[in-house]
Amino acid sequence: MKKDAKPRASVSTKSKPLAGEDPAAMRRLLRDMLLIRRFEERAGEQYALGKIGGFCHLYIGQEAVGVGTMAALRHDDIIMGSYREHGQALARGMTARAAMAELFGKATGCSGGKGGSMHLFDAERGFLGGHGIVGGHIPLITGAAFAIKYRQEDRVAVGFFGEAAVNNGAFHEALNMAALWKLPAIYICENNRYGMGTALERAAAIYDISARACSYDMPAETVDGMEVLAVRDAVGRAASRARERHLPTLLEIRTYRFMGHSMSDPIHGHYRTKEEVEQMKLRDPIVTFHARLVTAGMLDDEQWQAMEADVSAEVEDSVRFADESPDPEPDELFKHIMAD
Amino acid sequence: MATLTYRDALNQALREEMRRDARVFLMGEEVGVYQGAYKVSRGLLEEFGPLRVVDTPITELGFAGVGVGACMAGLVPIIEFMTWNFALLALDQIINSAAKMRYMSNGQLAMPIVFRGPGGAALQLGAQHSQSFESFLANVPGLKVVMPATPADAKGLLKSAIRDGNPVVFIEGEMLYNTKGEVPEAEYTIPLGVAEVKREGKDLTIVAHSKMVGVALRAADDLAKDGIMAEVVDPRTVRPLDVATIAASVKKTNRCVIVEEGHPFAGVGAQFAYDIQREAFDYLDAPIIRVTAADVPMPYNKSLEKLAKPDAAKVVQACRQVLYLG
Repeated sequence: MKKDAKPRASVSTKSKPLAGEDPAAMRRLLRDMLLIRRFEERAGEQYALGKIGGFCHLYIGQEAVGVGTMAALRHDDIIMGSYREHGQALARGMTARAAMAELFGKATGCSGGKGGSMHLFDAERGFLGGHGIVGGHIPLITGAAFAIKYRQEDRVAVGFFGEAAVNNGAFHEALNMAALWKLPAIYICENNRYGMGTALERAAAIYDISARACSYDMPAETVDGMEVLAVRDAVGRAASRARERHLPTLLEIRTYRFMGHSMSDPIHGHYRTKEEVEQMKLRDPIVTFHARLVTAGMLDDEQWQAMEADVSAEVEDSVRFADESPDPEPDELFKHIMAD
Repeated sequence: MATLTYRDALNQALREEMRRDARVFLMGEEVGVYQGAYKVSRGLLEEFGPLRVVDTPITELGFAGVGVGACMAGLVPIIEFMTWNFALLALDQIINSAAKMRYMSNGQLAMPIVFRGPGGAALQLGAQHSQSFESFLANVPGLKVVMPATPADAKGLLKSAIRDGNPVVFIEGEMLYNTKGEVPEAEYTIPLGVAEVKREGKDLTIVAHSKMVGVALRAADDLAKDGIMAEVVDPRTVRPLDVATIAASVKKTNRCVIVEEGHPFAGVGAQFAYDIQREAFDYLDAPIIRVTAADVPMPYNKSLEKLAKPDAAKVVQACRQVLYLG
């Protein structure tokens, strides 16, 4: 990782003790992360085979962020993501079938094949998109939080975006209003260090993204995004603040993308070294959490193998389902542009 | 009938719709405490409170997006831009978010939202404050574009826009706010996508919307002095466009002049002309002529500004041309 002289928030990467945690719930977190990993690996393969078109931004390496976040939320909360949202949608409970079929552009996809990889929607689960313009959806999160306050509910609006989005005016405008009006929003900045091929310190005048919350007198935390429980607990604290006091929070969650920006981009090259990627893989959120569960006696080999087989079957089924599903009918072209 | 200003007609529409539907709220710069930059929202804060009449920071991209997000979560926002010139900063939200949300989600999300404010030139406000954006906005599938010319139309169309269930771009006029007209006293709405013949005639058709309706009517008065009876048709909504009413008029008069306040290249009048020739080619006795703003940024100087804008004299000249009166 590049050296820089600017101050950095210290982020504890010490794992939280597992004592007191429910073993079944811990295995569930591991399984949810593993499902995303296998789903994304298969999506990458299917992209290479030409079954998936356009852009395809994989979540490999960042699984703990989506899974940890959803573990802290309620079923009636509102979630929005950027275009790297497959993992968040799956963590929220979208079926692998609906997600994979959407990547394939099929009629059975979560957006009927009209959204694609960057526009996954599952309104029933409160997953309101996949949005493709960097930073453009951050004001939408503020708006959803406004609606919650308007109706005097205790729900929370949660949005994910990358660290490159915080240099965008939309970020500033959205957070300013959320703090000004005391809206129940959680802004989750997934700091994976690179906006495509531009490292954070080459794009941002300050290193600590959480420090930007000072501009809005907004609570903030810097969180280890390779540790699913750290994410879950930080989002839980933010959610309590939102529900009980209608206060927004900015969470800078430090994570890392093991793949290229999109499927057509290199994993390393001009902008980062192979060594850096390998170094970060030592903190793989799935490998490390697996090891901790084994050490804590919460997962045995038989359970792990069953989990792997189960997840592989689910992903394999999603690929088969997507492949066999029909394309949208031609008359779908003109449907859902306007309300009838 | 009551005589109301365009401003007060809009105010009535907002008030009535906010009383009718608790999901409807108004958000924008100076809409509350200040009572509206053009006083369209006068008294609304007092009646509905600060949660439904929301003063925003000067942040068009931000609050337009807040409107879209609130809409995704089930509310019916009315987003006021102090002028559409400032809404350029919000185009990402209007086009990328509002116009596409229903389609990208395959109908899972509804998008009942109105973006409104004055468009076009006022007087000597210079290049950045004197622009017409209907051609940009009407180009986008997923948006409706409404441009009322009279107080009665303003009220009836705004009520329909709020109830429409789709993203509606509602473009008013700074120079129209003080104009007066008859407005029905009983509850009414005017459907989007229905043109109105503002003046009947037989010799040619002038198609004009928004502020240009007044210009067209003045031109028709002038032409009448020479015995030329111009019919003035106001589309009222640019999109969806009521081609049938416009074409029916042209089939009757056989000649057409289209007036718009925007720039000539790819202006909405070009689309109108295309639709008219598709429907009424065999009825046309002369090529359609368009009267538009000059193809220049708006100058500040008063006499240059006058040269840049369409006016009644330019419309009269175009009408004489389609009549081959030189």
